[in-house]
Amino acid sequence: MMAKLLKNREILLVVAIIALVALIALRFPAFVTPASFARVYNDTSILIILALGQMAVILTRCIDLSMAANLALSGMVAAMLNTAFPGLPIPFIILTAMALGGLLGMVNGTLVWKLNIPPIVVTLGTLTIYRGLIFLLTDGKWINAHEMSDAFKALPRLGLAGVPVLSWLSLLMIALMFLVMGRTPLGRAFYAVGGNPHAAVYTGIDVGRTRFFAYCLSGTLAGLSGYLWVSRYAVAYVDIAAGFELDIIAACVIGGISIAGGIGSVAGAVLGALFLGVIKNALPVINISPFAQMAISGTVIIIAVAVNARAEKRKGRVILRKAEAV
Amino acid sequence: MTDAHLSPRNIPDRLQGRGARILKSWESLLLVVAIAIFLGNSLASPYFLDPWNLSDATFNFTEKAMIAFAMALVIISGEIDLSVASIIALASTAMGYAVQLGVDTPALVAIGLGVGLVCGTVNGLLITGLGLPSIVVTIGTMSLFRGLSFIVLGDQAFTGYPESFAWFGQGYVWWVFSFEFTLFVLLAIIYGVLLHKTNFGRAVYAIGNNQTAALFSGVRVARVKFILFLLTGLMAGLASICLTSRLGSTRPSIALGWELEVVTMVVLGGVNILGGSGTIPGVVLAALIMGMVTFGFGLLNVPGIVMSIFIGLLLISVIALPILWQRARRRLAH
Repeated sequence: MMAKLLKNREILLVVAIIALVALIALRFPAFVTPASFARVYNDTSILIILALGQMAVILTRCIDLSMAANLALSGMVAAMLNTAFPGLPIPFIILTAMALGGLLGMVNGTLVWKLNIPPIVVTLGTLTIYRGLIFLLTDGKWINAHEMSDAFKALPRLGLAGVPVLSWLSLLMIALMFLVMGRTPLGRAFYAVGGNPHAAVYTGIDVGRTRFFAYCLSGTLAGLSGYLWVSRYAVAYVDIAAGFELDIIAACVIGGISIAGGIGSVAGAVLGALFLGVIKNALPVINISPFAQMAISGTVIIIAVAVNARAEKRKGRVILRKAEAV
Repeated sequence: MTDAHLSPRNIPDRLQGRGARILKSWESLLLVVAIAIFLGNSLASPYFLDPWNLSDATFNFTEKAMIAFAMALVIISGEIDLSVASIIALASTAMGYAVQLGVDTPALVAIGLGVGLVCGTVNGLLITGLGLPSIVVTIGTMSLFRGLSFIVLGDQAFTGYPESFAWFGQGYVWWVFSFEFTLFVLLAIIYGVLLHKTNFGRAVYAIGNNQTAALFSGVRVARVKFILFLLTGLMAGLASICLTSRLGSTRPSIALGWELEVVTMVVLGGVNILGGSGTIPGVVLAALIMGMVTFGFGLLNVPGIVMSIFIGLLLISVIALPILWQRARRRLAH
């Protein structure tokens, strides 16, 4: 029982997070309060939403390097809509951002599906194109807090039962993704395509189409995050969330989602993101320079991938006794 | 047998003649693109054809191209190294730190190359020693290496490099030929010979096409890959020396995002991102194209980020167009 629990990646990650929090608590006990946890969770919400989208893509043996650029472009368009038409209802703006994000994801998905271009090349290209488009749209100008309407900025901070809407939204997305991944044909198809594309074809799954939907999903979530990011930090410019695509992938890797596809879970992605979130929020508290964050998350990624690789290796089942002897 | 020309005796050694193969190759397509851009640029701006301007333009790509040569080999072998830009940052930080201690130019160069080698060793050990996927490992070391230079520097910068150090990034070997450009040409030849004319080069292709088969044919897969990551680290160290010398200062954000530009250069050069094929002449042409586009747009006052859109579109379209072209031809044939 104990051994089985220890082999479970998610439980290992929970243990790691608890150990991390305990370590922080040794130097700064006040970090370990419900209010502080709620703050850390809220601060990590956007990363969680993005990691969920990236998870779907990575499960199908693809990768989406354009998520942060997609976020920045969708966020910028949301902010521009808001400044141009301050009267527009916020839900409409959110839906527009999501639709635009989804559209950008569709571009990635179409290139991967219809033209068979390797995903890393596609998203490397669209990453620069999407960021460039922001510049073309704005001429490099910023949209600052005073240009945005109050309702636009207030929504993520708005409290609902004492918890900010931002946290609620990420919880909602986690719940939705739980349903999609576990209870819908599409979710199972993500696993099937990544686990064994050839077998997936024989079971009647269109591999390209499944990947296309994974990109649509990651794009839509990036669009949602675009609005959340811009309204939360109350500023939009070309370089928002620059380099964040790697944080998203890092969260997935730490969460035990195998870059080779087919292995991973919603809980893993959430915990991976939270692990990074705890580190980011704890460093200033325990008086370590925030400049150390990058090196620490790098080390964590390497350790996580080494641990996960060991766990994955054991999974092979011996079918032929003879093969084992060799 | 009705189809006489398909009998085993008549199977041709090569499916096409040498001339046809060269004409249809990726490299000749790149050459045409390069010439078109060259002509376009010289028509668009009267300042383009000035030898000194062209010489200045080479600085756009020489440092990235040095890394791209080694990266091409890594990608042909089926791996990738995303940590190169961070190696530049760490090597530059180490050199900057040494300068504060009063270290002189030859030792600085040794430190730059040494840090590159050490970083390459770390990557190589993790990937070949532990058998981890290179894309994740190098995303990790990318954070780690640049993170270390952030820890050392914070929001500060190292300056005060000795005057003799400036030669690597600003000096000229002969007339308009800068040290960096000369180095670029030399490295192109060295890597061209290494990849296309040596056993080692054949081993790289073999690994990229079928790692298991290569292993069974006696190729020391792990050792070859380890050497490739070592080379990439060394090239990043070299690029770091040139870039630091050219800028005369070190910030932790130095060469930010270069890993993607280097990979773009390699893929544009016709190297298959999935491994197994690609040539050094292709990478050289891709470097020239990217350099000329950047420079030409610069002369026309096009902002840098618009150029990056162009590079992104170029990257996708050079891969998409041949696929679309083939499909269109197949449809017409039916």
